[in-house]
Amino acid sequence: MLFSVGLSLVVLLSVVGAATVERVEYDYYKYHPMPEITDWMVQAVKNYPEVVTIMEYGQTYEKRTISLLKIGVNTGEKKKAIWMDCGIHAREWISPAFCQYFVREILQAYKTDPKMQAMMTNMDFYVTPVLNIDGYIHSWKDNTTRLWRKNRSPGPLNCTCYGTDLNRNFNANWGTLGVSLECCNNTFCGIKPVSEPEAQAVTYFVGNRREDFLCFLTIHSYGQLLLVPFGNPNFTASNYDELMKVGKGAADAIRSVHGKDYTVGTSPDVLYAFSGSSRDWARMQGIPLTYTFELRDDGTFGFELPQDQIQPTCEEAYSGALHIITYAHDKTFSGATATTAATLWSMLLALGVTGTTLM
Amino acid sequence: MATGELNPNHYQAQRAAKVVQHYLNTRYGSPYRLLGLHRVHSGNAEDVEDSGRKYQLEISVQEIISNTTEKCSAEVLFPRGGQQRSPQVQASCEEHLKINTTAQEEALYQQYKMNQSLLSAQNLPDSYGHIDPDMKPFWHLCIVASSFIMLNESSENTLYNMAQVANITQLATENDQLKFDCHVLLHEMVSQEIIHWKLLFTWSPPEGVKVQQMEQLPHCHHCEKPPNTN
Repeated sequence: MLFSVGLSLVVLLSVVGAATVERVEYDYYKYHPMPEITDWMVQAVKNYPEVVTIMEYGQTYEKRTISLLKIGVNTGEKKKAIWMDCGIHAREWISPAFCQYFVREILQAYKTDPKMQAMMTNMDFYVTPVLNIDGYIHSWKDNTTRLWRKNRSPGPLNCTCYGTDLNRNFNANWGTLGVSLECCNNTFCGIKPVSEPEAQAVTYFVGNRREDFLCFLTIHSYGQLLLVPFGNPNFTASNYDELMKVGKGAADAIRSVHGKDYTVGTSPDVLYAFSGSSRDWARMQGIPLTYTFELRDDGTFGFELPQDQIQPTCEEAYSGALHIITYAHDKTFSGATATTAATLWSMLLALGVTGTTLM
Repeated sequence: MATGELNPNHYQAQRAAKVVQHYLNTRYGSPYRLLGLHRVHSGNAEDVEDSGRKYQLEISVQEIISNTTEKCSAEVLFPRGGQQRSPQVQASCEEHLKINTTAQEEALYQQYKMNQSLLSAQNLPDSYGHIDPDMKPFWHLCIVASSFIMLNESSENTLYNMAQVANITQLATENDQLKFDCHVLLHEMVSQEIIHWKLLFTWSPPEGVKVQQMEQLPHCHHCEKPPNTN
């Protein structure tokens, strides 16, 4: 019997070994153009078919498909959810890099960490690596386009400029503060709320499932900030104290990784007042924990964060995001449910459903 | 407008402190000394009759290359209306920003003073955030020169950083000063705009950076290629 166990072990190891040798490791510490990100998404599903699916939920102005990765254990039941979007502003390249890193981390943790296993059983993660695909592609075009911010829809009549600022276009006190009505400006909020197809995609997808979402995280750069709603200084979120407490916990988690300080507060307090943000819209939908992450740095490199800072930035941001997500999960799921999740996990293990391949 | 004691993490103190950073760079910046705002410890704002608003700040600045930090006390006066727009700054730092860069600066100065072919570089940093190590001192120089503009252009409603050097070209040495033409892209945080400026400046170790000319460039939003700048 020992012999057959030993033989099984050898077979298992060689299967794992073969899988690792075959697969070309994706470099999470370089910036990737859109086609590589799309391929990476497809590969994620191939590597973790039991927990990862791609969902297409909209189209950009230039008719590109907007997709997200839905990550979670399929329990056959309606589940609570976490939302994360990256790349709403084209030039903030560290943002899509973070979404990709985040996906890799939760999938790795899922293999070995009971806590993540429980969270993935109780919740689904919806991660959009690049929301403003047209803008992101435009920022890769050449040296003169690198600092593009908006989407690529044409301006209204009589306007020769392109683009609406997607983070001013959401239906959250739209067009009232911190926006420009000049179509050439970088904070142009569009001709009306949710005029932009990218904003529409998020609005419909999240809006149709709004009771499911515990958490809405939208990732930007730069500034090293964790921003809580609302963008209007006259409106205070009903759970402002909770948002600040959890935000500060996240900032502490971030600081413990590489010593970087992230400031926590409302946009009007720590940055500037503005309306029409996706975060404000999400909070107004009733999603309790909504945050805007402004990642590194503090202005030295700004949008052009060196690639050698991708890893530390992602590591600290992951710590911060995980703090918020864990809080959201633990608040919702009592100890009893966690036990159920663990039992389900054991069942799945026994059925041999777990993936052994690396991404 | 917030008056009295300020929350050091809120935008009022942070914007005023950034102005101090720009001021310190105009005074002390060099190819091997560049200052960044590290932290605001405390701040106070008050209205000064007929003048404007005065901020008093206790901050820490970090010298980016040596990674040393030191404390500074500063006052920033944002003028109210009238002709003069630029803030006025006074600052004193503990160690008087005494980081010894003399040898490196002298070596760089001699190297480029004698250079047969004049320096020319584009896109510092590049799209991936990369700067050639040989070009870093010139990236620093353009940041220092930009600091004159950023200081001049700052108000309580702005926050400036230099986003990129589009182009730096060395011109013939003039009166023992290295001379440069720099096209910079400034990022203004509140409007989120990228503003193009062209700068003519000189530098030598004893004289520091002196800006001769600065000119804002109109940026063509809808153009596929930017207008040629020489």
